[in-house]
Parts: sequence; structure tokens; C-alpha cells
Amino acid sequence: MREDLQHAVKLARIELSAEEEVRLGSQLGDILKYVDKLNELDVEGVEPTAHAVPLTNVLREDEPRESLSHEAAMRNAPKTSNGLFIVPKIVE
Amino acid sequence: MPHTLTISQLTDKLAQGELSSREATQSCLDRIDAVDGQLNAFLSHDPEDALAQADAADAARAGGKSRPLLGVPIAMKDVIAVNGHPLNCASKILGDFNSPYDATVTEKLREAGAVVFGRVNMDEFAMGSSTENSAFGPARNPWDSGCIPGGSSGGSAVAVAADECIASLGSDTGGSIRQPAALCGCVGLKPTYGRVSRYGLVAFASSLDQVGPLTKDVRDAATMLGVIAGEDKRDSTNVPEPVPDYIAALNGDVKGLKIGLPKEYQVDGIDPKVKSATEAAVAELEKQGAEVKEVSLPHTQYAIATYYIIATAEASANLARFEGVRYGARVDGVSPEKMNRATRGAGFGEEVKRRIILGTYVLSSGYYDAYYLRAQKVRTLIRQDFLNAFKEVDLIASPTTPTPAFKIGEKVEDPLQMYLSDIFTISCNLAGLCGISIPCGFSVSGLPLGLQLLGKPFGEPDLLRAAHAYEQATNWHTKRPEIG
Repeated sequence: MREDLQHAVKLARIELSAEEEVRLGSQLGDILKYVDKLNELDVEGVEPTAHAVPLTNVLREDEPRESLSHEAAMRNAPKTSNGLFIVPKIVE
Repeated sequence: MPHTLTISQLTDKLAQGELSSREATQSCLDRIDAVDGQLNAFLSHDPEDALAQADAADAARAGGKSRPLLGVPIAMKDVIAVNGHPLNCASKILGDFNSPYDATVTEKLREAGAVVFGRVNMDEFAMGSSTENSAFGPARNPWDSGCIPGGSSGGSAVAVAADECIASLGSDTGGSIRQPAALCGCVGLKPTYGRVSRYGLVAFASSLDQVGPLTKDVRDAATMLGVIAGEDKRDSTNVPEPVPDYIAALNGDVKGLKIGLPKEYQVDGIDPKVKSATEAAVAELEKQGAEVKEVSLPHTQYAIATYYIIATAEASANLARFEGVRYGARVDGVSPEKMNRATRGAGFGEEVKRRIILGTYVLSSGYYDAYYLRAQKVRTLIRQDFLNAFKEVDLIASPTTPTPAFKIGEKVEDPLQMYLSDIFTISCNLAGLCGISIPCGFSVSGLPLGLQLLGKPFGEPDLLRAAHAYEQATNWHTKRPEIG
């Protein structure tokens, strides 16, 4: 896999097998080559579109309301203790 | 055989007391038992829960209640939250996740009286065009079980086309409702971005995703849209436009309606039968009084590249939440980062990994301007093309897909080829339009073909009127596959 793609894999936090790295590396190379066709266009002065429906500053009243209970919010977590998420040790 | 009915046929029979919701629901459950071993449309379903909802609907009706979907069994794509039911997005990474709340569309279906049942198959996280990317095995086309049903809402289309439910919900990010509807021979409607709330829809690409119905005819699509559309304070991208009466739009009158044929859609690789069926469908609408003219969408050839940069960039951010801490499966590691890596490496399928890596790449320092920002600018040009065309016409017609359903396995090794088959559906999402696919014929080998109509933002009434007028003059939508 190309070095710049390896960097993206690292940022994306995805462990790949050696075999996946070869296959995805070549497929992603092909896809990047394909999307390079956007360079044919002159986009000087064109505003970017982030959303097709132009909505800005959608606000609601800042009022307290019901939300998920603590229990419901935690119940799908793989590891919890005393109402907290448990993760591997961060500090040695 | 109540499972073969449309929504309007079933609700008539329910209203007249000819049939109960329990009978209709049981009929769908029996149908699933009979055919789904072959089709793999349903990942799971809970017969007891479905029948309890049916009984409640029957009781409500006996008590004088009447609601648009009272007692109608509707299947749900496995990307939409239904309180107390599994939600996997056809991925291993969600483990035994069980939704703690209802999506807004689920709530709206319940308010309308529907029997909300079943989790239907899809490409993992809605990424794909064939449902082969499901971690639970591919769904199969009911017209030929060796062929793909399309995707990503493949299970939603199969369940409708094979009469395992009365209608279903899917989601469409680049064609994921319209393409499987076309390939399975049912109706698929992608509403305008912002028309339907995304609250409780697991996000793939937030600026493109939209929930919509797959149904047995256009009237049912109008009914379903009327139920699920509308403002929702829990989705800030939801547009507070009033919801029109979509059924009232089905008046059969297309006189003077202007239909555009994009000259750039005459691309290589279109199946001759797809071409002739689309031409015949447009001719039928012309015969009914519509005006047909050529339009130009000059940036068509850049749509797929633009889409695969924007959609993957948004996906890479949205799917960062699956890190083995808050939900789903975890693979242990000695540090949080190692645990994240191992969990995501084992939990995501290959297409999802490919897209997350691509999305991370195009957003990463040094590449952002060259890829992501440029794609957003080209998106403006693509949207402008459509807005210009819609100054001259009311609708745009094309095939939904360049070819009928392909064989399972045919494009698995070549993701780029798979992406290129989305050419006619993808721009609709980039430009924020609405679109529908309706059955318009069969291929030489007997596989269904779809006609796509695209409408202006919030132009669903015109879209549905034209689709319905066409459907009234043809009987493609009444054809059903022989299964087994």
C-alpha cells in the first residue's frame, strides 16, 4: 500500500491484514486515479456546497426535556461498571 | 393471499371487515417462512410482536379508529431504529445492539397505525449497490436467485417484490432505494433531502441520506410519503415545508407537464432493452399529453467521482463512533487505540473499510483542498446543472440503471465498476432532488427494468402524478416473480 494511504489507515484506526492491505491498496489507488478527473474542471470562484438544502442556524428553544435514561444509553456498551464505560488502561 | 395486496387494497378490505390485520400479518409471516430461506431478505423478525401489533390495530379499528396505515405490515431496513429491536446495519460491528428508541419515521408509522415488523437486509452501513456487502450474506433477486437484488436497500426491495410484506422503508444516499426497486420490479421513492426526518436513521453520509418507501404501486408510495414526511425538531436539516396531499396529486393529468431527457445520459454500456423500455415509457407519457424535450446536464461525467469523495468523507466521520466503547462488539487490546483498531478491523466489512479509508484520505491534511473542497465545488456545478434544467422542464426521465440485475459475485472484485453502475441515480442526492423508480418492462432474460423520474426539490406531487399516470396505462407493476 502507498505510504499516503497507509497514513490514512492509521488515522482511520482500522487494523488491516497483510492481504487486505495489498487488495485495498490497489483498489484505492484505482479509485483515486478515477476521481482525479475532477482536476479537469476549473472551479475557480465556485462556492462549495456542503448541503443541497440551504438552511442556516436552525435553532430551538433551550428548554429542558426528557432524554434517554442513563441505563438505556449504557445498555449496548460492551463493558461497563458502575454506570461508566470501561476502556483499556490509558496510563501505564 | 393477503400478503400480495397493496396498501390501498388491504386498507379497503380492512375497512370493510373482509380481512383482519392479524390475517394479513400472519399471511406475510407465512410467506416469509415459505420463501425467505431462498431470498435472505429478512435478517430477523419477531412474529409474536408483529401479531400483537396487528391485534392492537384490529381492536382500534373495531373501536371506530381509522388511520392511513392501520393494520398494514411494513418492513424496516436494518438502518432505521425501532425501539426494543435489533439494529445492525447488516454489520458485525454492532454486535447484539438493540435500539433504545424509535426513529422519527418509526414513530410516524406507528401513529399511522402500521404493524412495524422485521429487519431487512442491506449492504453494510448502506454502502453498496448489490446487498452483497451484508455481513449476514447477500439477499437474492426474487426474479432470478443467481442475481443481485440491487442495494443498498436490497432486502427492502426483495421483501416487497416477493410479497413478504405490504411495503417497506429503505434509505437512499446515491440510489439505494431507486436502484433495488428497479432491479426487483417495485416502486421506490427517494424524497427531497430534508423532506423526511433522519432522526434514528444510522448516518452514512449526512448531507445525502434520506429515508423513503418501497411499495407495490405509486399510490402506496404517495400514502407512505404522506405518513413519514414532515418537520422534526430533532433533525436540524429537516425542512419545515408543509406536507401536501400526495394522494390528491394522483389525478392522472400530465397534459403540458414538461419532461426533460438529458443528452449526457446517452452513455456507453446501456443495455439495448433498458434503452427501448425507457423510450417507450417516455412515449407513453407524451401520448398522454406531456411535452418531451432534450435538456443538458454538462457535469454528469463528474458526478460519480464527486459522490465518492463527499459520501466517503462524511462516512469516515460518521463511522468514527464505532470504536468499541459505547456500543456493539469489542475486540480487546492493551491500549484504547489498539482496542479501537482491532475492533474496527474485525467489525467492519471490506467495502466499509475501503470507504472509511478513502474518506479519511480525502479529508486529511494536505489532501483536503485537492479532493474534498474541490468535490464540494463540483457539487455546486452539478446542482446548478439541474436547477438550470428545471427552469425548462418539470421532470427529468432516464433509466434507473444502465443494465438489469447482474450476477451475484460479478462485480465484487472491482468496486470501481460497481460504483459506475450508479451513474443515473447518484446526482439526485448531490443536487438535493426527489426521484422515483417505477417498473417499465423486462430484460431479454425476464428481469425487471425501472424508469427513473427526477423532480425539483419538494416537487414530489409532480413526480408522483407522472409516475401514477404512467402506471395507470401499463401493467408492469402488477407482475410478480415465480419463486422456487
